[in-house]
Amino acid sequence: MTIEPRRLALNALAAAESAALAQHWTDWTEKPEFRALRGPETGLVMVRGRAGGGGAPFNLGEASVSRASVRLASGEVGHGYCLGRDLEKARLIAVFDALFQRDPERVEAEVLAPLRAVVSQGDQQRREESAATKVDFFTMVRGDV
Amino acid sequence: MYVAVKGGEAAIANAHALLADRRRGDRQVPALGIEQIIQQLGLAVDRCMAEGSLYDRELAALAIIQSRGDLIEAIFLVRAYRTTLPRFGYSVPIDTANMLIERRVSATFKDLPGGQMLGPTFDYTHRLLDPVVAEGGDVAAPVRRPADPEQAPRVTDLLAHEGLIEPDTTHDDKPDIGDLTREPLQYPLDRDLRLQALARGDEGFLLALGYSTQRGYARTHPFVGEIRIGEVEVELDIAELGFAVSLGRVRVTECQMVNQFKGSAKVPPQFTRGYGLVFGQSERKAMSMSLCDRALRAREFGEDVVAPAQDEEFVISHLDNVQSTGFVEHLKLPHYVDFQAELDVVRRMRAEQETQKEAAE
Repeated sequence: MTIEPRRLALNALAAAESAALAQHWTDWTEKPEFRALRGPETGLVMVRGRAGGGGAPFNLGEASVSRASVRLASGEVGHGYCLGRDLEKARLIAVFDALFQRDPERVEAEVLAPLRAVVSQGDQQRREESAATKVDFFTMVRGDV
Repeated sequence: MYVAVKGGEAAIANAHALLADRRRGDRQVPALGIEQIIQQLGLAVDRCMAEGSLYDRELAALAIIQSRGDLIEAIFLVRAYRTTLPRFGYSVPIDTANMLIERRVSATFKDLPGGQMLGPTFDYTHRLLDPVVAEGGDVAAPVRRPADPEQAPRVTDLLAHEGLIEPDTTHDDKPDIGDLTREPLQYPLDRDLRLQALARGDEGFLLALGYSTQRGYARTHPFVGEIRIGEVEVELDIAELGFAVSLGRVRVTECQMVNQFKGSAKVPPQFTRGYGLVFGQSERKAMSMSLCDRALRAREFGEDVVAPAQDEEFVISHLDNVQSTGFVEHLKLPHYVDFQAELDVVRRMRAEQETQKEAAE
């Protein structure tokens, strides 16, 4: 499998709400056997910024991160990483990552597409709420009423 | 002879029980929940995350409840907690140009690509206490206006094209980016370490220093080039995958301060810059940070160090409120032996003075 589809899948899984992932797992028919290779466990990632926004990197501060790795009975290994201390979320990301390697079309249709739709809907709402606070400048000429 | 004194165990245990009682307060009043703090005291949570230097809303909210709203105590709790967790790695630097923007203003350019968006700001409110808030009544949903995903380039990148403003520092990433949580600080510092220290420094301390630069103690003639608040992706290179993935998004506040000119025989005059970047929504902190960052670049620009805000060792050594409170507050702990020694000294001095006086008479 090429990198890009898997990377995008992992991004969508990490962006999802934990409850939504859990629901997709509940709804998933023919659940595979899997075992934990690592974790789930919680640790820290040092988040970096760049001086001036685009210059040399510096360490901004840490964020809590959870991760897990699982192996399906059919052999695929999945990895899950997400912000926060939600171990179950990390485990489910790893499971769906493994499933994605086995059956990308099904994971895309049943899990990733709906997850992406929820996130993009939420983003669009916030974009529109912010846009309503956009300043429309106008100038007044002396003598105008 | 040093005599260890023990005691007070029962008093300490009872004091902690009393603290727990006072923290809970009147049992008739419903107890606060983590989610209430996150939703309704979000800016306190943001400050706790920024100065605790740990992005985790639930932990920050817990710390705020546990500390009865004493934010420095809450920050202390968060800092202590982070030491219990392993470090998985360092993120790919976040890209603030690619942000889901919630607020973005510039005091230098009226018409920016992407526009000026006020967002959820206290600016232009009348600062009148509002009884409606006390009543906890319904709040209308915010107004929406159709919007497409739009690129909003950083203002400093727009000006940079004309060479009128100092460009970002070289993109060649140093192999060893300073990390003050791993290595003790050794002065003088590079800018990366200063920015890390400033990002987790006390908001009040940085605010006062920033203010001092405006009042003439290291004048830097600042303008807010841009403030932007919003969410950015945090990406991590995953060794077992061999590529970087997004871990999710964090909210940050960025401030680009544009300051008066610097030039040389070779380089024509151009604006210089100070930078602020903070976890959460906190433009006061981000602005103060950018003022201090610029003042602390005095050495780099060959400016005389004449004011506190330019004194790197002074600023960086005193901006951390957990360190500061530790050393100030330790004074209340038993110093019986030290004080006994000082008492002896002052008695001896007085006795000697008495003897000398008698001898003179």
